[in-house]
Amino acid sequence: MSSTAAGWLQAALLVVALVAVHKPLGDWMARVFTTDPVPEGPKSRLRPVGHWRVERLVHRAVGVDADTEQRWPVYLRSVLAFSLVSVLALYLLQRVQQWLPLDNEMAAVEPGSAWNTAVSFVTNTNWQGYSGESTMGHLVQMAGLAVQNFVSAGVGIAVAVALVRGFARSGTDRLGNFWVDLTRALTRVLLPLAVVATVVLVLGGVVQNLSSGTDANTLVGATQFLPGGPVASQEAIKELGTNGGGFYNANSAHPFEGPSAWVSLFQVFLLLVIPFSLPRTFGRMVGDRRQGLAIVGVMAGLATASLALTSWAQARAGGAALQLAGAATEGQEVRFGGPLSALFGTATTLTSTGAVNSMHDSYTPTGGMLVLANMMLGEVAPGGVGSGLYGMLVLAVVAVFVAGLMVGRTPEYLGKKLGRREMTLASLYVLVTPVLVLTGTAVAVATDTGLGSLLNSGSHGLSEVLYAFTSASNNNGSAFAGLSANTPFYNTALGLAMAFGRFLPIVLVVALAGRLATQGKAPVTAGTLPTHQPLFVGLLGAVVLVVVGLTYFPALALGPLAEALA
Amino acid sequence: MSALRSGRQLVAAVRALLVATVVLGLAYPLVMTGVAQLIAPARADGSLVSVDGSVVGSSLIGQSFTDEDGDPLPEYFQTRPSASDYDGAASGGSNLGPNSEELIAAVGERRADVAAFIGVAESEVPADAVTASGSGLDPDISPEYAALQVRRVAEARGVPVDDVQALVTEHTDGRDLGFIGAPHVRVLELNLALDQRFDAES
Repeated sequence: MSSTAAGWLQAALLVVALVAVHKPLGDWMARVFTTDPVPEGPKSRLRPVGHWRVERLVHRAVGVDADTEQRWPVYLRSVLAFSLVSVLALYLLQRVQQWLPLDNEMAAVEPGSAWNTAVSFVTNTNWQGYSGESTMGHLVQMAGLAVQNFVSAGVGIAVAVALVRGFARSGTDRLGNFWVDLTRALTRVLLPLAVVATVVLVLGGVVQNLSSGTDANTLVGATQFLPGGPVASQEAIKELGTNGGGFYNANSAHPFEGPSAWVSLFQVFLLLVIPFSLPRTFGRMVGDRRQGLAIVGVMAGLATASLALTSWAQARAGGAALQLAGAATEGQEVRFGGPLSALFGTATTLTSTGAVNSMHDSYTPTGGMLVLANMMLGEVAPGGVGSGLYGMLVLAVVAVFVAGLMVGRTPEYLGKKLGRREMTLASLYVLVTPVLVLTGTAVAVATDTGLGSLLNSGSHGLSEVLYAFTSASNNNGSAFAGLSANTPFYNTALGLAMAFGRFLPIVLVVALAGRLATQGKAPVTAGTLPTHQPLFVGLLGAVVLVVVGLTYFPALALGPLAEALA
Repeated sequence: MSALRSGRQLVAAVRALLVATVVLGLAYPLVMTGVAQLIAPARADGSLVSVDGSVVGSSLIGQSFTDEDGDPLPEYFQTRPSASDYDGAASGGSNLGPNSEELIAAVGERRADVAAFIGVAESEVPADAVTASGSGLDPDISPEYAALQVRRVAEARGVPVDDVQALVTEHTDGRDLGFIGAPHVRVLELNLALDQRFDAES
């Protein structure tokens, strides 16, 4: 079988699996998050479900009244308080790991790196300036990093659910209870899926032990260190929660994280499954499944186009070094091969995961530009767990507004009038990441400190910096790893980009949700723009591409585009 | 009033994180470790390969087959170039860009070296033989690279080419399920089989 044919069969198997799972999982999540005492929509058959006994225990331990819903400012304060506490706790844990058990004789993490890593994991970015096997003990990996892998994904789901409730509800100032939503995201979605995924990964050869490593005497009489660690349990949630932070430096390219090709394909499935199921959840909760279908249609269309382009670009050896070698195998594992590496690279940058099974910095110029452009889409196709859905819904608001301007009517989406306040929030949302990416990159390349970290010079050097700020601001976390980012400048600057890139959009989304929930529902009339038909799918896709194109084209032209055309 | 409410959220946040740390950060990984050690202990421990009770490596992790000076040993199948020299404590790729001068020079040098070492034309050297992997620990080489090395290994060991070829075939995996990933040759196990099979001769 040719490599290309095998590549398309892999992608086809993935699509079949996602289509099969998104319905039950999406419906399940819709049931889980239907918590208000009144049915959510006229066509919805969802009924609120009660707390599980174990969840009541959690609510008691947390000290919240689980049956009281929150207004949007309180919901937001809960999100921010939880994230703030998480950053501080994770920072502290890294700083004192040498005094705790299971430290594997690792020293305290340096302050700059610890701050960067704490922000990185709490914001669901998992940018890694450090090398896992030589920095983090098992306790920090388990009780620090993996915990944030779970809860940051839970926060993403909670915020997405709050926005969906904003559309679904009318005439109320209540959005739900953050603590209940977070708990349910963990007890009913993330933890059960992670347990199943861990078992599959272990059977596939991913390591899961508490050993601090083994010294092997190799065939030629040398000594080789073989690391240990509770990797599979972390790998499972790293993909499921679209986190992406590798246990080891080489991430999913490391044979102990990605031992075989089918395991790697399974990991791609894990990182796509929740983001592609949430639109179904959205459709069910607003009482019109077709609305979810339209959203998932845009996501799938963009993802397919990106995969086709990246696979094509990676199959041809672009760039002088790769042409000399004969194929784009630098930074690539033999067992995965070209098509699976391109598939993983596409999926990880479209989902804000940032795990890698091949090194993006060594991709062909066109391939490297495409994975960079994937992140520039704003992580909405399908995006991170939760953040992909709320990002795409905000873009849908923008698309409806654009359509409204064309026909001269007040725009409405799902019966909600989009007035000045709503559009201000949506517009600010769209602006946050580009401002962070472009200012960050500009500052870095204008200073000697910023330029000092580049491995590659010229346009590829600019691409490395642009990639870093794009990855951080969009909470992706993958890297053109030639950039030595573990310096005070990049630890601080990228840390800020990650924090603002995560929480400013969340503030705007929760505020938008609160505003939408208070509105009544406008009746559907002959003049209402149908938002479940191919026309709208096309319009929304175009809005995503135009916004990205206009924003980033100049920067892309100076970096990867210049390199590809050189 | 607002400060009081924020304070209440902070207290809830601290308690929530504590619960999460105990359940997700300790119970979950420890229970999963127990389950893994129960259902697949060898794999959970890193698929270690032992000879006479001593660990010689992991079937998943590549190693280099060179002498103390770093020169390739002709009696062993050679693995790919590694950005970390197969150091298990420092995984990673070169991260050199596709037009990097350093990478162009490295690829050119490796091509000449591999071609001279095997005794083939430079144009026959496959891409995986001259490029570093993403992990720096790639355990595999392409069937093309293995095929080129068969004659050299057989000569160095003074054994029939067909016998070496048979072992290569035995240690070659196709794509998973016929279409996932790429065909590859497991080098450590292959070299180990060579040693065990031809111990008397070498």
